[in-house]
Amino acid sequence: MVKEIERTGITVAHMCTVVPISVTVGANRIIPTVAIPYPLGDPTLPPEDEKELRRKLVKQALVALCTEVDEQTVF
Amino acid sequence: MSNARIVHYINQFYAGIGGEDKADHPPEKRDGFVGPGMAINAGLGDAGHIVGTVFCGDGYFNEHDDAPAQVLEMIKSYAPDIVVVGPGFNAGRYGMACGAVAKLVDEKLGIPVVGGLYEENPGLEIYKRHAYFVSVGDSAATMRKAVPDIVAILKKIIAGEEVTEGFFPKGLRKNYFSDTRGSRRAVDMLLKKIANEEFVTEYPMPVFDRVAPPPAVKDMRTARIALVSSGGPVPKGNPDRIESSSASKYGAYSLANITDFTPDNGETAHGGYDPVYANLDLDRVLPVDVIKELVAEGEIGSLHEYWYSTVGNGTSVANSVAFAKDFALRLNEDNVSCVILTST
Repeated sequence: MVKEIERTGITVAHMCTVVPISVTVGANRIIPTVAIPYPLGDPTLPPEDEKELRRKLVKQALVALCTEVDEQTVF
Repeated sequence: MSNARIVHYINQFYAGIGGEDKADHPPEKRDGFVGPGMAINAGLGDAGHIVGTVFCGDGYFNEHDDAPAQVLEMIKSYAPDIVVVGPGFNAGRYGMACGAVAKLVDEKLGIPVVGGLYEENPGLEIYKRHAYFVSVGDSAATMRKAVPDIVAILKKIIAGEEVTEGFFPKGLRKNYFSDTRGSRRAVDMLLKKIANEEFVTEYPMPVFDRVAPPPAVKDMRTARIALVSSGGPVPKGNPDRIESSSASKYGAYSLANITDFTPDNGETAHGGYDPVYANLDLDRVLPVDVIKELVAEGEIGSLHEYWYSTVGNGTSVANSVAFAKDFALRLNEDNVSCVILTST
């Protein structure tokens, strides 16, 4: 899906936990996440800390989207 | 080699430990065969037997850096002649684990590895050079066909025969002597090509389907962003009945009235991971709460009204391509310049 969206000219940040899969499918901007069942959270943290963690990861994705890359890059 | 010692690697599901709720099960070993090893062991007859089975939760294996080394130590403890992994069918994390185990065994123990993966399993592309992976179906329903194919390769290895077919090419080059020299063969091929006749290349070119990275977003404060996920986030009740695996459709859902996911307005349709955490707070899969805040704070220009979701669990590449082509049109019509796509 990442590739088909990018084929139309839209820039994609792929947030996922198993980075090698993302590399294999051809994502260009990859942001490693926390765990497979909760990529953007961590149920062991208090809610405020968990949200802060999510915010940090999303901001990392925004940085990736605003960064020129000429090859597959893991942020 | 006769009466070969075989160690079998499987996941928590095939070991009978449990489903996705047990995907965080740490590595463990048991003497003899477990689960699908029974049929493999029976198929081998006197040629060999499974001396031990090592298993690990798929989540644990992919999320813990030390898991592969632990698994390798357990495999080593049985002093095997051959290691069997899977079959992993089209299970993404299981296929990755089978591949990673194959690589370790190949590199550290230097003994043959036999496994089975579906042709679209990502583990195959990454690890195919480290094992004889036979082609298996996309689900466990094809186990009965997979076992004889795996056994056939095992028997050849045990008999000391060269294994030349019945598995995905490893991508390794092998030297051989030809009666005609290279220039002659090349000209022959060229003449056939000119005459529109069939010919077989000696060096197939790899097919890389890569998309060049689109340009960076110039200014996030004016950009329009959209959210997409293969982790199956859907409104509570899964209104479109997106399948928990091998999805045949995707859903488009409005974010107009959602600023934060709760157990009452969102859940996951995905059947390939433990859904407990996502069902309690779907922001863990689709970060709507944070995105809405960042839009309100002006850090992001605006948000496309819909999120697009499917279940990437055993879903074919052809279906995924078709889904994305379809909703990418809608994204372009709405002048979306960037997407955050989350996967589980």
